[in-house]
Amino acid sequence: MILAALHRKLTRDLWSMKGQALAIALVMASGIATFILSAATMASLQQTMDTYYDRHGFADVFAQLKRAPNRLAQRIAEIPGVAQLDTRVVVNVNLDVEDLAEPALGRIISVPESHEPWINGLYLREGRYIEPNRRGEVLVSEAFAKVHGLVPGDTVRAVINGRRDVLRIVGIALSPEYVYQIRPGDILPDDKRFGVFWMSERELAPAFDMEGAFNDVSLILEPGASEAEVIRRLDALLDPYGGLGAYGRADHPSHQFVSNELRELRGMAVIAPLIFLLVAAFLLNVVFTRLISTQREQIAALKAFGYSNWQVGWHYMQMVLVIAIVGAIIGTGLGTWMGRGLAVMYTRFFHFPILAFSLPPRVVVTAIGISMGAGSIGTLTAVRRAAILPPAQAMRPEPPANFKPTILERLGLQRLVSPAARTILRELERRPLKAAISCFGIAMAAAVLVVGSFMKDSVDYVLDLQFRRAQRETMTVTLNEPISGRAVREMLHLPGVLSAEAFRSVPARLRHGHSTRRVGVTAIEPGAQLFRVMDIHGGLVEFDRGGLYLSTKLGDILGAGPGDLVTLEVLESERPVVQLPVSGLIDDFSGLSAYMRLDALHRLMGEQDRVSGAYLAADDARTDRLYTELKNMPAVAGVALKKATVESFNKVIAENLMRMRAANVIFAVIIAFGVVYNSARISLAERSRELATLRVIGFTRAEVASILMGELAVLTLIAIPLGLALGYTLSAAVIASVDSELFRIPIVVNRTTYGFAALVVILAAVVSGLVVIRRIAHLDLIEVLKTRG
Amino acid sequence: MPAPVASSPPATAAVFQARGLTKTYHVGEIDIQALRGVDLDLFEGEFIVLLGPSGSGKSTLLNILGGLDVPTAGTVRYKDHNLTEYDEAALTRYRRDHVGFVFQFYNLIPSLTARENVALVTDIARDPMPPAEALRLVGLGERLDHFPSQLSGGEQQRVAIARAVAKRPQVLLCDEPTGALDVHTGIVVLEAIEKVNRELGTATAVITHNAVIAKMADRVIALSDGRIATEHRNDTKTAARELEW
Repeated sequence: MILAALHRKLTRDLWSMKGQALAIALVMASGIATFILSAATMASLQQTMDTYYDRHGFADVFAQLKRAPNRLAQRIAEIPGVAQLDTRVVVNVNLDVEDLAEPALGRIISVPESHEPWINGLYLREGRYIEPNRRGEVLVSEAFAKVHGLVPGDTVRAVINGRRDVLRIVGIALSPEYVYQIRPGDILPDDKRFGVFWMSERELAPAFDMEGAFNDVSLILEPGASEAEVIRRLDALLDPYGGLGAYGRADHPSHQFVSNELRELRGMAVIAPLIFLLVAAFLLNVVFTRLISTQREQIAALKAFGYSNWQVGWHYMQMVLVIAIVGAIIGTGLGTWMGRGLAVMYTRFFHFPILAFSLPPRVVVTAIGISMGAGSIGTLTAVRRAAILPPAQAMRPEPPANFKPTILERLGLQRLVSPAARTILRELERRPLKAAISCFGIAMAAAVLVVGSFMKDSVDYVLDLQFRRAQRETMTVTLNEPISGRAVREMLHLPGVLSAEAFRSVPARLRHGHSTRRVGVTAIEPGAQLFRVMDIHGGLVEFDRGGLYLSTKLGDILGAGPGDLVTLEVLESERPVVQLPVSGLIDDFSGLSAYMRLDALHRLMGEQDRVSGAYLAADDARTDRLYTELKNMPAVAGVALKKATVESFNKVIAENLMRMRAANVIFAVIIAFGVVYNSARISLAERSRELATLRVIGFTRAEVASILMGELAVLTLIAIPLGLALGYTLSAAVIASVDSELFRIPIVVNRTTYGFAALVVILAAVVSGLVVIRRIAHLDLIEVLKTRG
Repeated sequence: MPAPVASSPPATAAVFQARGLTKTYHVGEIDIQALRGVDLDLFEGEFIVLLGPSGSGKSTLLNILGGLDVPTAGTVRYKDHNLTEYDEAALTRYRRDHVGFVFQFYNLIPSLTARENVALVTDIARDPMPPAEALRLVGLGERLDHFPSQLSGGEQQRVAIARAVAKRPQVLLCDEPTGALDVHTGIVVLEAIEKVNRELGTATAVITHNAVIAKMADRVIALSDGRIATEHRNDTKTAARELEW
């Protein structure tokens, strides 16, 4: 049935409330945009990842070991569930790159000369694959090539087993193993100082005394095979050959980061839209409750003419749906635009052959559904009231509101407040629910501002705590093999070195009950001054006992707390297996760390004074010479600069955060204006008769405005502290949603962030107030009094 | 000046038969007895005026006849149907098909033009006249596309009448149709109602507290305190344009 006239009412009513409707649609759009952004990016990333992994044969199980003869491969292939396997030689070398003073780490992976690898296959971006019997030919990872401007034909010098060699680049490649290209042990990419190379096995193996042997194996499993069982059997085979513990994709460093990102996007796809849509639903509720009460008599007339309850209800519901759909459309556009931006940003640290942003139709359909659902839920009670409004009752004017003297007046304090102030107080006291609802809306705006901004505070806090207060070294030097601590003492004589602290780190497996986890155990001197371990509250870990100190997250995973005995299987040297107590849990920021005292580790390893590397504090002015010296030391496997980590942190994380923050702040400002403006407009609409009456009996415009603005001001001032508290709570929820094994961010909200949130809300209130005051000037005094409300 | 019109003979068939109507409202803690046992008949083509002060129960009676409200006790028959047995959906159907309402405050939809306000009803009616024709009937053929805010009070009320009659209702119920209007405008509006009653033969009930308007009725019923106080038949009806107050 076509209801032309009713449709016209619909469009004109919507048009007449276009400011409010648009404000609500924009709040919805903010929610939908964050949903589209997260959901579509998640879908794009997932699809890109799946396709890439599938086409290039990303392995299911990985293992590193010291050295095993090639014949062991046959026995690995016989493990039930193994479909394909590939054995390789993988080594780390120091690189001497022309435009870089400090040494860079190169990882060289062996590949067959005759054909490209079948497992962990390469995607050739540029140039060609290596050709048989040509010395020094390599493929280089795209990220490293890009940052150094390397193209096929260029060369890079490397220290291969103590001997300087020239690597000739013939092609630029990508690998599913290095979608997220990080140096072992790092959490942030440093493309400048870490590169991956692929070289002929025939050339690489002899240089490292690995002829007829391998030190890295990758497996592809048969569908349905038990990964845990294959890992168990593989470990058993590799243990005698210095196996470092096999692991599945879930623990693969690159994949872990990609899947972590997917998980964060999934969390973001729920929390942020939920907040925005909640606010939008709430606004719709307020606006439609008001609209329906002003249209009481129109509703009565419609029903008197024979429009059914259902038709009247549907009429108002359509208005809601129009707003919801407009919100969904704007939000989809905005979210798509932001998603494209995010995809571009991802290509900076996720290296896929292509990362195309796609918007699956199901995501759009879901977005529209969510938007309409939120709108319907928000207005259900209001619309239902319109639908069931008995027409005869609606014909009668609403009974005058029931006012009582306020508490203040009952206490006999009325002389303290002006008549205008009394009006404000009575209005607030008479309808506490309405006041509370408006207050909640404004509080929500403040809360969203806090949630949108606090991440920067938290990250700044982490940076300061981790890289300034806890870690005070200039660089970390890692050695090829554990050697005597004398080497560290000798480093003190290198140019510019101010102090040095040794550390010993061993790969290990931790077991507790049925839980097991591969970790690196780092042992340091108690009372160390350069590399210190702090929890997220800045508490220093003292290492006064001989047991293990674990990240709280690792403790959770193992189900082990202080005092519990855990089994430590060292995967190096003599591979001792010991029971150790957990001496403490550390509430820290990232990864799954395990620490212990240097002397305790030496004792259990049965060694004296062996170290894996050192933390150095160096004089900034003399670092160039220091780098040159370090580059030429055969024992040095790599040098990690703290400055570089902070730089890369700032580049990657901080920049992302700033963008997200900018988007959040824009959304929050939309909410703040949406809520405050709507509250003010509704107050005006509800009280226009009363205010016009006051004008008629001689109140000035300013006096009338002050009544309305006073109410808004009181609500805003109550709402701000509530909103800030709510913001802190929501921030905690957001933090909980991004909590993962890789990162944990403490919740830190600076006073400036609270101040900023409060300021924006006040500003929104002032601007909304001005708009409403302009409307007071246009109150039609005669018309308002002539007809009944 | 035309001669006074002869009053209609007692009508052939009753449109409404109300018996023993009572209506009690609960407002807060107080019970208000709006109707206390009203019997009333309205015949085809008849024009009645319901007189009475505020609170006498006129509007309640009209709302019950129009299916906007239900009595606490008593029965209302519309032709062969017992309205008191109707549920909400049936009452809606009844209003849609048979009843035209005119209210004191017009109750036009401000966002719709005159024509569209009428179309609001013709959109859902079974056998409506075109909106423009209904508006011509009330003398507003020239103001079809004006919004309520661009029309005078009398014009707005005539739009409301056009809206009420466009569906060709069997009954036209008017609650204080001139209550918000001055004499001149009021008479124009009454003329429109009179014309609808005469030309379309629509049984018409007009509520007013203005005793002058009673002169144009076939029958005048005065209510007081929820009861019918007096009832009399006009021997001659006065044309609306002859009225003065």
